[in-house]
Amino acid sequence: MGVIYMLLAISLLVALVFFAAFIFSVRNGQFDDAYTPSVRMLFDDELVQDPPEEPSEEPTKQPN
Amino acid sequence: MKQHPCFHCGDPCGADAVPYDGKDFCCTGCKTVYQILRDHQLDYYYELEAGAGRTPGATEGKYDFLDDPDMAGRLLDFQDDTHQVITLNIPAIHCSSCIWILENLHRLNPGVLSSQVDFPRKEARIHFNPERIGLKTLVQLLAAIGYEPSITLEQYSSAKPRRNRKLIYQLGVAGFAFGNIMFLSFPEYFETGEYWIEQYKGFFRWLMFALSLPVVLYSASGYLTAAYKGLRSRLLNIDVPIALGILVLFMRSTVEIAMDWGSGYFDSLTGLVFFLLLGKYFQQRTYAFLSFERDYRSYFPIAVTRLRPDGAEENVPVYEVAQGDRLLIRSQSLIPADAILQKGQAEIDYSFVTGEARPVHKAPGEKIFAGGKQLQGAIEIEVLKPVSQSYLTELWSDSAFSKNHRSAFRNLTDRIGKRFTLAVLTIAFTAAGVWLGIAPARALDVLTAVLIIACPCAIALAAPFTLGNLLRRFGRKGFYVKDTDALERMAQVDTLIFDKTGTLSTTRENSVSYTGIELTEAEAGALRNLLRASGHPLSQTLYRELAPFRIVPLDHFEEHLGLGLEGEALGQHLKVGSRSFVKGGALDPAQGTEVHVSANDAYKGCFHIHNSYRKGMGPLFDRLRKGYRLALLSGDNPSEQQALENLLPPLTPMYFEQSPMAKLHFVRELQQEGQNVLMVGDGLNDAGALAQSDVGIAISEDAHLFTPACDAILDYRHFAILDRFLAVARKGMGVIRISFALSLLYNLVGLYFAVTGQLQPVIAAILMPLSSISIVVFTTVASNWIARKLE
Repeated sequence: MGVIYMLLAISLLVALVFFAAFIFSVRNGQFDDAYTPSVRMLFDDELVQDPPEEPSEEPTKQPN
Repeated sequence: MKQHPCFHCGDPCGADAVPYDGKDFCCTGCKTVYQILRDHQLDYYYELEAGAGRTPGATEGKYDFLDDPDMAGRLLDFQDDTHQVITLNIPAIHCSSCIWILENLHRLNPGVLSSQVDFPRKEARIHFNPERIGLKTLVQLLAAIGYEPSITLEQYSSAKPRRNRKLIYQLGVAGFAFGNIMFLSFPEYFETGEYWIEQYKGFFRWLMFALSLPVVLYSASGYLTAAYKGLRSRLLNIDVPIALGILVLFMRSTVEIAMDWGSGYFDSLTGLVFFLLLGKYFQQRTYAFLSFERDYRSYFPIAVTRLRPDGAEENVPVYEVAQGDRLLIRSQSLIPADAILQKGQAEIDYSFVTGEARPVHKAPGEKIFAGGKQLQGAIEIEVLKPVSQSYLTELWSDSAFSKNHRSAFRNLTDRIGKRFTLAVLTIAFTAAGVWLGIAPARALDVLTAVLIIACPCAIALAAPFTLGNLLRRFGRKGFYVKDTDALERMAQVDTLIFDKTGTLSTTRENSVSYTGIELTEAEAGALRNLLRASGHPLSQTLYRELAPFRIVPLDHFEEHLGLGLEGEALGQHLKVGSRSFVKGGALDPAQGTEVHVSANDAYKGCFHIHNSYRKGMGPLFDRLRKGYRLALLSGDNPSEQQALENLLPPLTPMYFEQSPMAKLHFVRELQQEGQNVLMVGDGLNDAGALAQSDVGIAISEDAHLFTPACDAILDYRHFAILDRFLAVARKGMGVIRISFALSLLYNLVGLYFAVTGQLQPVIAAILMPLSSISIVVFTTVASNWIARKLE
């Protein structure tokens, strides 16, 4: 019956991974603007060669 | 004449089209933008959306203050030597082409590192290298391609608001805990007494307890503090029974699992908080790109050009302007303070202040007021009062702006909440008292069961979902309401007050009539050619109204600022302008509505330019008259009274020559008589009345331009269905009342189980989400049904 503990631990772990992903995406600002990305992805391929923005290069001391 | 749309902006090109590269442009400004974009291989812009561009405006000298590192520094989000970040508000953002071009700025200027557009907020966040492109050059680059950012005193003087993401975190935590607790509590719903459950139920229960802790402490914290604040100010708002329900649920569940009496109600608890927060999230989504809080600061410039005694120019922040300073006001700039005109001819457009688009002429020595916009040519002024004490800005010192009298408004949910709380407490203690007589051991059990089941989750959800949905439906029809409370107040209004200029009348269209000797064809043609050469708004209005005529070169042209035009074409010598200029005689007080014409020194006649009223205004007033008291409040002279009396229902009260302060007091007096006032206005002169009224609606011809602080912004195109919006708001309140009745029904069923002492966790776990979900479904369907009339 010890398998129940293991299953529970695994299922909670999986849930926590998704929860952490959610927190990360909110912190990253992905929930701030739900509209623009939907337009951006429709621009022609030619333009994707130099992507307009790399969020990672954002300075760390940002207020938002 | 064929009307080609401009390749850049999509406006009709008219007679003055600028052909270039096989395409037609309406003006050289549009052509220049096309040139810039084409030179950088950015023509994809035009493939995304045809005619998407905006005509660039003049910016010369306007942004010199950005060279000052101090002033620029206050606008930047981040700066070091090689990397600066700025978030700019760009009102022109309106389509996918805009997003594309703004995110490809680095191809126009390599100094731009990257840029990202937030479309709903109409903002662009730009990373750039200050060694390669200065802030001023960047702003000028944006302006040159038609995306001039709006940099205002408000952004400069107040800290940037942090984005509040707390609610979405709370929602996430509650949803996470709710889902997992649901799984964990499922076995115990049905399989009580089985061997393996007996073995593991302790572990399951304490796991649920652990998961529910962050929900109570973090996700539900808003309700707990709101209830605490309510109680401290002796208010029984709806948060009190909610907080009571949450706390009782949590404590009873903890005691139950600690004593091994049962599995507790952690599933109901987390589900309750999750649904409540979902309702709040629904309610909170507003129009990010609109500002409902604007005051004069949001359109005042940050810096002005001051002239030193030796004649040198310097840029100073507008707050540092002192009495006696001499300022240089360029063409198309705002006058920041009350002042005396020293040099130059002023043509001032006070439309921000009064809604009246017709410019006023001032000669040196005359007083000019803050808030006007100089239209043509540069002027020099001497400041009479600092910015914060001008005639215009003094309005903001009234108490209508300083204290928010509307916070005293208690919405229907809170008003019900009081009676509801009292009823629940009475039932709970009566039932517990009765049980004390029958079986004392179960009294506490019943008391807590009543408090749990009566938790007004469904009641708390009815208003957010109904009004939130209506808010969205209204927004789709160009009526942007600030929040759900404003919508509720709108349903209670019984008096409607309208401003005239800019609200009932439109500045976009004018009707022109002519009295006098009929002009010959040659004269009319010459007149039109003469008007075409002038940038004066009256000339342009008249030019558009006159029949098209072939363009001929002018033999002579002279513009006398503030007086009129003089010129020769087709062998006709024409004088066009004010009465005194054309006919001679004494200077008359500037009558902006008359344009006199003489040909070859013989007086011909006069064009009258009338206000033209919004379509459907008369029928709208007729419909509104049946349900509301109406009044008209105008800052203008009563010259239009006759015309209005013909258009509006008889006996509509009209008040003319009302100052901004008088408008505010008019509204306040009506409120003291117990009326609920809705004010419809547009300019800054209505700002006081809009702030004082129960609901202030600003009519806007372009919602992204200036509107004074208000509760709602109404697109002028939908003005004629204002009555339908009000009717739908009223019906929305009816929907909420029906949902209250429905959720009370659920409560009665639950109370039966609670009072008789048979509330099982599974019943609570079914009943509470069921009532919440059915209320959400009912309100969404019902509010869509009542809003169908708007289509």
